[in-house]
Formats: sequence, C-alpha cells, structure tokens
Amino acid sequence: MATNPRPQQQLAVWNDPQAVPYVHIDRVTKKFGDFVAVNNVSLKIYKKELFCLLGGSGCGKTTLLRMLAGFEEPTSGKLFIDGVDVTDLPPYERPVNMMFQSYALFPHMTVEQNVAFGLKQDGVAKDEIATRVDDMLKLVRLQQFAKRKPHQLSGGQRQRVALARSLVKRPKLLLLDEPLGALDKKLREHTQFELVNLQEQLGVTFVVVTHDQEEAMTLSSRIGVMNQGEIIQVGTPKDIYEYPNSRFVAEFIGNVNMFEGRLIEDEPDHVRIDSPEMGGTVYVDHGVSSAPDAVVSAAIRPEKINISTEKPAQTDNVTQGVVKEIAYMGDMSVYLVQLASNKIVRVTQPNTYRHADDSITWEQTVYLSWHASSPVVLSE
Amino acid sequence: MSARAEAPRRHRHSAGVQLILDFLHRLPPYRWTQARLVRWGITGRTAVAAIPYFWLLLFFLVPFIIVLKIAFSDARIGIPPYQPLVQWMEGGVMQINVHLKNFYSMVEDSLYWKAYLNSIKVAGISTVLCLLIGYPMAYAVARAQSTWRHILLMMVILPFWTSFLLRVYAWIGILKNNGLINNFLMWTGLIDEPIVMLQTDFAIYVGIVYSYLPFMILPLYSNLEKMDLTLLEAAADLGARPFKTFMTITLPLSLPGIVAGSMLVFIPAVGEFVIPELLGPSDSLMIGKVLWQVFFTKRDWPAACAVAIALLLLLVIPIVLLQRAQAAEARGAHR
Repeated sequence: MATNPRPQQQLAVWNDPQAVPYVHIDRVTKKFGDFVAVNNVSLKIYKKELFCLLGGSGCGKTTLLRMLAGFEEPTSGKLFIDGVDVTDLPPYERPVNMMFQSYALFPHMTVEQNVAFGLKQDGVAKDEIATRVDDMLKLVRLQQFAKRKPHQLSGGQRQRVALARSLVKRPKLLLLDEPLGALDKKLREHTQFELVNLQEQLGVTFVVVTHDQEEAMTLSSRIGVMNQGEIIQVGTPKDIYEYPNSRFVAEFIGNVNMFEGRLIEDEPDHVRIDSPEMGGTVYVDHGVSSAPDAVVSAAIRPEKINISTEKPAQTDNVTQGVVKEIAYMGDMSVYLVQLASNKIVRVTQPNTYRHADDSITWEQTVYLSWHASSPVVLSE
Repeated sequence: MSARAEAPRRHRHSAGVQLILDFLHRLPPYRWTQARLVRWGITGRTAVAAIPYFWLLLFFLVPFIIVLKIAFSDARIGIPPYQPLVQWMEGGVMQINVHLKNFYSMVEDSLYWKAYLNSIKVAGISTVLCLLIGYPMAYAVARAQSTWRHILLMMVILPFWTSFLLRVYAWIGILKNNGLINNFLMWTGLIDEPIVMLQTDFAIYVGIVYSYLPFMILPLYSNLEKMDLTLLEAAADLGARPFKTFMTITLPLSLPGIVAGSMLVFIPAVGEFVIPELLGPSDSLMIGKVLWQVFFTKRDWPAACAVAIALLLLLVIPIVLLQRAQAAEARGAHR
C-alpha cells in the first residue's frame, strides 16, 4: 500500500500513545448466520470526542453502534467503556444512551414524560427529575411543548425531544444513529451546528453513525470510514479528505479524479507517474513508499484542478481536454472535461466574481493543471 | 385527503369496450338519469357508501323495530302470540295499546335481574380469564419468527373450521364423570372417585373461555404485531428492565387491543345460551337461557322481546367502548 506522508499534525489526544481510550472496541466481530456484519474491528475513541462512523448501507456501522448500546452481542471481541468491560452488560445497565434514527419516542407519553422516563428508571427524586427535565427542555428550546404528545410535534422538534431524552441521564457515551437523517436539508444544516455546540457544552462523548459524508465532515473530530464490516480508515475530516488511504475512501468522500499510471521515478522527495490515461506525467512533491514500476492511481480532487484557456508554463501535471458539460451551481461551477483518452475529468472552480465562468464554454479546448502537492498516490 | 385520491381514477378497458362505454355515456337516457340522480344528491360515490347503510337498515334496524314493537304489546294465545300494537276501531279511530308490563315485571321479578347480574358476572370473569390466557399467547405469536407466526396464527383460527356446537359437545365428553379427564385421573390413581365437573359453573367458564379465546387473541395479536420494537429498545436503553418495559411501554400501548379483545369476548358471552345450556347446571341463571325459556317454553313473546331489548341496552356501553378502541387503533396505524 502506498503511504503518503502527512505534514506535522496538531497535538491531538489520538496521537498521544499514552492516552487512555474512553471507548475501546477490541477486535469485535459480529456474525448473523453466515453474514459477517462487523469484521474484527478495533477502535479507540477518546473522551469528549465526536466520532463518526461513516459508510454506505450495510457496511456494519449500525451493528457496531448497536453493540455499543447492548442490543447486539458481539460474536467475538470485547467492548470497554471508561475502562469497564461492558461486553456482557444488558442495555439497561450500560452508562450509554442512544438516539434512535426513528427517534423511538413513546407515543403515549408527553414530551416531559418522555424525557423523564430514563431518570425515573434510576429512581431519581421527583423534584430533581422535574428540574433536570426542565433544564434539558430549556437547552433544546422545547419548554412550551412540554405537555404535547410526540405526534403533535414537527420532525425537528421530535429530533430535539429524542436528543433531550438521551442526554438527560448524563450518559458517559451518547450514540446517535443517523441523527439528522429524517430532517430536511435546511434544518439539517442548522441542527448539525447545534449538535456540535451541545456536545462541546456538555462534554459528552458522541459516537454518530451516518451515511452522509457532508454530515460526518461537519460534525466530527474524527471519522471512521467503514466498508463491508471493516474500518478502512480512521482520521480527522481533513485527513480523510486530503489523505485518503485507498481508492474506496477517496471515492466515498467527495468527488475525485483518478489517473491510473506507472511509477517511473520514486525518490524520497518526489515521485513521477506516467499516465497515458491522463495524457502526461503526474509529478508529486512527496515520496511514496511503493515498488517501482508499480501500477498506481493519482487521485486529484476537482477543486484542486485549475482550468484555463491558455497553456500553463509547466510540463508536469498538465493536460488538455474539451469541455463537455458545464454546471453552474451559484457558488461554483462544475466542468466535465474530456481528455484525449476519453477519460472525463471533473473540475470545480469557485465563482469568486460575477461572470467568472464566462470565458469557458462548451466544446472549448482547455488546459487542466494542478499543484504538485495536490495528488494523492494510491495503490489499491 | 392525499393527492393520490384526488387524481382521477379511471378503469382501463380494452379499446372496444371503451368505445361502447363512450357511446353509452353519450346517449340521452344515461345522461338524463345521471343528471337526475345528481340533482337528488346521488353520485356513484354516495351510492356505494349507501350499500352498508342499506344492509344495516334491512337486517338490523327493521328487526330491532319489530322486536321493540312486540316488547310493548301484550301476550295472547294464538298466532302470532301477541296483541297487535295498533288497532283500527270503527269510525276511523286508531287505537295504540302500549303495554309496559313486560318492562315492569323485569324489575319486579327477581329472576330477571338476578339472571342479568349473573350473566354479567360470568361474562366478566370469563373475559378476565381470556385476557390472562390470551395476552401471553398473542404476545408469543406476535414475537415469533415469521414462519412460525403464520402456523401459530393458523392454530388459533383452526377451531372455527368445526361447528361451534360440536366443539361444545366435545367438552361434555372431556368433562363428564366417566369422561377423558376423570378416566385419566382414575387410571393414574390420583383420585378414587370422579370429580364432578360437568354441569357446574366451572364447566361454563371452561366452555366460554375456550370458545371465545380466539376473539381475545386476534385483536391483541394485531395490536402487538404492529408495535414498534425500537420503543422497547429505547426503554431498555434508558434503563428499564424487561418487566418495567412491559408495564410502562408494551401494556399501555396495547390497551386498544385489550379493550377490543375484551369487548369481543364480553358482549357475546353475556347473552350466551348454548354453553350454559349444555355444560352448566340446569338451574344456572344466564340471561340467554332465561330468554330462551320465556320465548319457547312459556311462549311469552312480548316478555322475551323485552328481555332482549334490556340486554341490548345493557350492551350499549361495552359496544361504545369497543368502537372507541377500534378508532384509537385505526388512528394509531396512521401515525
């Protein structure tokens, strides 16, 4: 596997080998009959993190979450929360609360009763329940709805009730299963930031399951990308986006252009890839440890490609193509450019001033170029 | 109404049929009839809605009025065995003779109200027994794997394939002194003399609970089967142990099913005649039995009709409860 060295990272808790993980998933496997839903996953999540499990449907992310909640028992492996082995604890004995995708609000109880339910189970004194429920409803701005039943609320309000209900017990760990999945786009963006604020305010460790990469990018301190029951890559949103470790991650998160080619120069400080598909050579300004002559892919994000009608004065990292599609998105424009190899390259350019995109039109021959730091070399 | 319902719904016909229909629709008689009907407020939609009303009118309201009419008349010997309510006298005088004595006697004669109270007691206890037995069964069926669920459900419904009367008769063979149970117990040596079970109140309860159990299980099953299981997970997640989850979530949410099932058992059990007649003691006081005796043995149709009317009024309360429960169930399904 080609590894791309990364610039000096900020001092984060997950880079500290001495740090004690708050949630430790230790070689956990879950099988349903012959189907392996989660395959030998190990993961360390630290206190006050907002960790996202990201993946397509059926990748095992929800199963992993449900094992943390206690609804599924691992076939093998151990789960630790705050140093305690919780593998065999039933859900009602775990210091964990979950916010369900469907919210799972009790339809026969008012908002207030829903939020108070968890505290009642713990035998908290009546007046303390009242104050804590009240505080929680204040926090999610639902005080005036305290006496309503769930079916009298809007989707966004229900989401907030579910959040309040799962937070009121001050869990060590809050699990959120597609927390924003049922909201419309506008509300979702708004709620994302609210969720992050709330998490910082309360200092609870969050584990969020989502299939929405944008949501994962906005919310999380770190993302674990899952595919077919395995964790493919763990890292900060920036890590994942700028330094994907595989074609799967690169293609799953955002858009990417892949140029297949052969390594012709492999030096510690640079590599050069000959890519007939691209119609030129890709020069990367950092070394890659891989076998020479190996077939690799250079992955370049659409926004890192420059599009111009004049030939740039560089010999590497430049190619020529014909504009096939232009999509004006308001804040930016998307160009689909066909190269001589028939490969379609996606390029996005910000519209930094009005009519910035006017000079380029359909069927025009254009030059595409990028900086030597932009490509990521992937071998699988 | 949803947008789908507003969209015009047209049946697809083959081209030939469509051609004939279009032609018919253009003919003056069709259009004339349609215009006339619409003027009276009858469209295709109202005509379809009217069918069940017509059915109820014909087979429920009309018989009810006949029974009511007989209840207010006096008995006589002859055919029919009651005086007419309305008589035409000479000189165009219409004489209406409303006799209330049948209703009076129901209050005065302790036989009637004792029978009523006893019927309610028997039906009430049977309902509670059905609920206690039926709830776990319905729960088990609703939570079983889908392949098993259909088999189990089939087994609940299967007894309906045999005549109700035959099944009650079969219980005689099981309960009688030299019947199945007693013979078995004597054979094992547990008892020396047969236990008298037939023609006791115990046998009535056995018969009613056995016969009406499916009516308890089916509405409970349909309620429990619809229940959102993530609610139970949510309760467990919030710290509720399984029993607490059952008491605070499952039980309250299945209340419409409990009410519907209870009413479906209670209502027919109050007026039950066959089971106490065949399995119960000869002096068992059940209103259904009293009704039968008054009607057939005493041939006092007006008194029997009055008993029937009183029984109906008595059951109005549980019927209203049943309808409310069904409405709540329907609302729950749309949520």
